[in-house]
Amino acid sequence: MLEQTEGSRAVAEAVALCRPEVICAYPISPQTHIVEALGERVRSGTLAHCEFINVESEFAAMSVAIGASSAGARAYTATASQGLLFMAEAVFNAAGLGLPIVMTVANRAIGAPINIWNDHTDAMSQRDCGWIQLFAETNQEALDLHIQAFRLGEELSLPVMVCMDGFILTHAFERVDVPVQEDVDAYLPAYEPRQVLDPKEPVSIGAMVGPEAFMEVRYLAHAKQMMALELIPRYAAEFRQVFGRDSGGLMHTYRAEDAQTIVVALGSVLGTIKDTVDEMREAGFAIGVLGITCFRPWPMAAVREALERARHVVVLEKSLAVGIGGIVATNVRTALSGLDVDVHAVIAGLGGRAITRASLHALLRKAAAGSLDPVTFLDLDWKLVQRVLEREKLTRRSGPIAEGILRDIGVVAARIS
Amino acid sequence: MFQVRIHGRGGQGVVTGAEMLSVAAFLEGEHAQAFPSFGSERTGAPVVAFCRIDRKEIRLREPIMEPDALIIQDPTLLHQVDVFSGLKRDGYVLINTNRSFEELGIAEFVHGWHPERLCTVAATELALRHVDRAVPNVPLLGGFAAISGVVGLESVIEAIRRRFTGKLAEGNAAAARAAYAAVKAEITEALAHA
Repeated sequence: MLEQTEGSRAVAEAVALCRPEVICAYPISPQTHIVEALGERVRSGTLAHCEFINVESEFAAMSVAIGASSAGARAYTATASQGLLFMAEAVFNAAGLGLPIVMTVANRAIGAPINIWNDHTDAMSQRDCGWIQLFAETNQEALDLHIQAFRLGEELSLPVMVCMDGFILTHAFERVDVPVQEDVDAYLPAYEPRQVLDPKEPVSIGAMVGPEAFMEVRYLAHAKQMMALELIPRYAAEFRQVFGRDSGGLMHTYRAEDAQTIVVALGSVLGTIKDTVDEMREAGFAIGVLGITCFRPWPMAAVREALERARHVVVLEKSLAVGIGGIVATNVRTALSGLDVDVHAVIAGLGGRAITRASLHALLRKAAAGSLDPVTFLDLDWKLVQRVLEREKLTRRSGPIAEGILRDIGVVAARIS
Repeated sequence: MFQVRIHGRGGQGVVTGAEMLSVAAFLEGEHAQAFPSFGSERTGAPVVAFCRIDRKEIRLREPIMEPDALIIQDPTLLHQVDVFSGLKRDGYVLINTNRSFEELGIAEFVHGWHPERLCTVAATELALRHVDRAVPNVPLLGGFAAISGVVGLESVIEAIRRRFTGKLAEGNAAAARAAYAAVKAEITEALAHA
């Protein structure tokens, strides 16, 4: 049924339709509305046979999810930013143990400086932890990906992170088509765990493994992610059969067939990029888009195939690998290794900085002309940066950078973008 | 695409107003996207929310920098925030005040624009009278239906009923109807003098 609703509530409806048995969460912006909505459903009984557990921290949230999943329950949690970092040890454990927990990450920047707004630094910090990572472009896709995530995770016995842009998606009201329970039940079979703590057939989970077999256990984690590369497109195709729409998959291309310049991105910024690309196509530019839905496992071969005929590849990413530049761009370069394609990393939208069509037009025209640097920081205020560097040159005790830069720019609460 | 920017202060229901406007548009079969500005939402601090309305799917995620319409929930913002930033010429402006554009000192800025698109309504007074709370967002949506015609009053009323229940819903619906009538009367007068 079509609804006009908040992204967070749409995701909560999707999770509820998946019949979770344990939901544990600790509130953190911009994720809170999701678990609040689920908590209401458990309390009112509209989400039956589900235990909602308030925990004392994110570390506890993931630990409870691990316990619940080990006991054979379908387990869900959600977090963001510092919350994801705080649970990091348990996040690795969930993957290492092979427990199919589904977690929403409402993407938000990581401090310091503290910042509650959107970028992808939180999810990217956990890219090598062994979880499957899916990125939603719209609230409809966020809703749909959660249903696919339970199916995928439980088939492979791997946890799945569904990443959606904090505020930009979580707090946006837009149209979503909410599936009916019968369709979700038809698509998502009951959870049949590969391992379960059952008093009738006792096992232990979480053995210490020494050098004699640690490599093999880790290799199997990698091998399972490689299997996901085949399952993800298949489950997206089955999803289309049941629900009648395209959602998920490894990636989506847009006007890329004959494109000389291709923009690669993840998440909600793809919408703004597509609008910009439409305008540039009208102006005669051969430009297209590659939207990555599945970041882990990294669809190496599919990315290579999608980009190998392009001249310029612009990887626009909301994350920064300090000391090298782009994270997604580095992955793209690996996929294109040996090919004569220029890959440009563009760091954009950190800490909620708006990514506008105007800025994208200027950037992409430069890329099409072949004059974009290997690493660009979109809309960086160079004057502001220079002032700090000058101050540091003049004074040894130049003070904290964040406080100094805030003094330099004055009050910003009144800005529109 | 029709783009609306709502300016107000934390606690005035700015974000809720944008969300309800999107629901009203949705009820008329339109695509709509409402979202908050990404600033601090402290009580009393300037807050901005946005609503886009279109016949087709809305993909754009940038803030609204060139609005077709402005709803200003608090006239004291006129001296603090560049609320008119990017407003299209002959755009719609609805201000929560019992003063005129001249008295607010902004008549010069909109000189020569369609006068029937420049309206004021004492929305806080209407909210106090009908719901006993100084939250002007809902009556302003009634007023917005009157000036813009982008959404109908009945869709605004239905959006109110989906958001609130009982006395709060009925009070807000009455406030929205009163604001709609007041702005319609203002438009008729503006056209008579044009």
